[in-house]
Amino acid sequence: MSDVVSIKDKHIVLPDGSIEKQTTTLNLGPIHPATHCIMQNILEMDGERVVSAKQTIGYIHRAFEKIAERRPLYQITPLTDRMNYCSSPINNMGWHTTCEKLLKIKIPKRVDYLRVIIMELARIADHLICNSIVGVDTGAFTGFLYVMQYRELIYEIWEEVCGSRLTTNIGRIGGFERNFNNTSFTKLEKFLDEYPRVLKEFENLLMRNRIFMERTIGAGPISAERALNYGFTGPNLRAAGVDYDVRVFSPYCSYEDFEFTVPVGSTGDCYDRFLVREQEMWQSIEIIKQAYQKIQEFKGAEAEVYHADVPEYYLPPKEDVYTKMEALIWHFKIIMGEINMPPGEVYNCVEGGNGELGFYLISDGGRTPYRLHFRRPCFIYYQAFEELVRGSMLSDTVITMSSLNLIAGEMDS
Amino acid sequence: MSLTNDRIKERLIEKFGEQVSNFEEPYGMLTFEVPKDMNLKLMQFLYDDEELKFKFLTTLCAVHYPDNKGRELAMVYHLHNLTDNIRIRFKAYLDINKPDIFTATKLFEAANWLERETYDFYGVNFIGHPNLKRILNVDEMDYFPMRKEYPLEDQTRKDKDDEMFGRGGSIGYGTVKTNDDTTIAESEKDNVGDKLV
Repeated sequence: MSDVVSIKDKHIVLPDGSIEKQTTTLNLGPIHPATHCIMQNILEMDGERVVSAKQTIGYIHRAFEKIAERRPLYQITPLTDRMNYCSSPINNMGWHTTCEKLLKIKIPKRVDYLRVIIMELARIADHLICNSIVGVDTGAFTGFLYVMQYRELIYEIWEEVCGSRLTTNIGRIGGFERNFNNTSFTKLEKFLDEYPRVLKEFENLLMRNRIFMERTIGAGPISAERALNYGFTGPNLRAAGVDYDVRVFSPYCSYEDFEFTVPVGSTGDCYDRFLVREQEMWQSIEIIKQAYQKIQEFKGAEAEVYHADVPEYYLPPKEDVYTKMEALIWHFKIIMGEINMPPGEVYNCVEGGNGELGFYLISDGGRTPYRLHFRRPCFIYYQAFEELVRGSMLSDTVITMSSLNLIAGEMDS
Repeated sequence: MSLTNDRIKERLIEKFGEQVSNFEEPYGMLTFEVPKDMNLKLMQFLYDDEELKFKFLTTLCAVHYPDNKGRELAMVYHLHNLTDNIRIRFKAYLDINKPDIFTATKLFEAANWLERETYDFYGVNFIGHPNLKRILNVDEMDYFPMRKEYPLEDQTRKDKDDEMFGRGGSIGYGTVKTNDDTTIAESEKDNVGDKLV
């Protein structure tokens, strides 16, 4: 009789070797407070020590590269928001500069400076979250709650500029959708005035805190050579001692007009990553101050410029759309994506919160990209995770994860 | 004396002769093509050479050109020389029926997941890769979704009875399916009674 179940099938069959196995398998994630986002680590533990780690990613893969092949340029900006959502304006600007490079648009200086302000605010917001989360994972919740107030202020500035906070979709090809209003500048002044004190206090809480130092020093280190081989970029690479910063190596948005230093660490461990991010926030404040200064120096008509003159890609003003035929047509064409872009291939990168965020765009002369590839820094350096944590304690893997600033949205695209 | 595109080109032709071809400079980045069995040899040379020093793999990805018979898939590599701060891009074309190419994982650890991603979406087979499995898609998937023969979902398709999303087929928002395969509005379903599924 075929439906008789053999006695063997009724019992749980243990995999070969599982009884003799000396190590414990531990699933860290996909839903676990310590991973901070949806990703899984399968750790082999010998007691409290990590023997090996296997990462599983892709839980929030949304096929951005595929979707982008059916979308005109403007409809791709919201996709970039959702990559590193802690600093989405940088992603947006990265995408706009890529389009501008393809279309060979020259951007006025004032627009560049405004963009620099927005991007550096985004960098602060990104590093602020990352560093305060490292604090949380080592047991200090206070700092996280305290600085959150200033991330809120940054979000308010973005809200004044573009209307949204987290997934910003800020800016247009050629500039901004509207000029910065006075409220945004007032809020920026408030931020520049108050934030340094708060950042200093935050540093006092953690930087020379004995518990924090003992938890982070020597946790998850990487050498400069290995970091480069693993394709590290951004603060994580700089913490290992390599001064590679896209803002300096291939300046975009007039970063060459600003004076700032690129902080580097030496050991590439969690503490150095923390210090590098702290220093970068101070540098970002300096850059914002310089940019704000430069903006105030514009006089007359120049002081009102907030976009380049590219009627084919920049939406006409709303009042014209309602009253003029020409503007209405352009509005329709741009919204519906009925403009062919020139054929070509372009690689453009910006210094994102996590490192070199690259856009490789191939256009065949159609309305949508033929191929768009995102170089997501997070995806590339998360490979090194096993090497970083092998042999360390379980609690170190948690802070290593948070100090790498792993963002599942960016990893999975 | 920093490195220039012309110097790189000269050096490559010196070493590989006619095997490197199709030199271009779109938007300032030196771009060229190599035969598919040369990719690793070329990268090794670029890595080891005293003058070129391309020791950083920025990214790699594939592109699908269905109309290029015999060379449908293009592997695109971006390398960066951090000492002289210059980037190059090179391509190797593969036959889609035999998409084999050497892995770069021995040279760059960064290539590991990038190649898995490329395999996942385009089915490029990297010879010598230590763990060539899908990375972002589910393991059970039996096709390579970024290839051009899979267009994005057509919003008007009819073959999909996708009630969960309220789209496709004859099912829309606020409607309920009945036994005889017609739909009625949500607001009127009380009047229909046993006709409902």
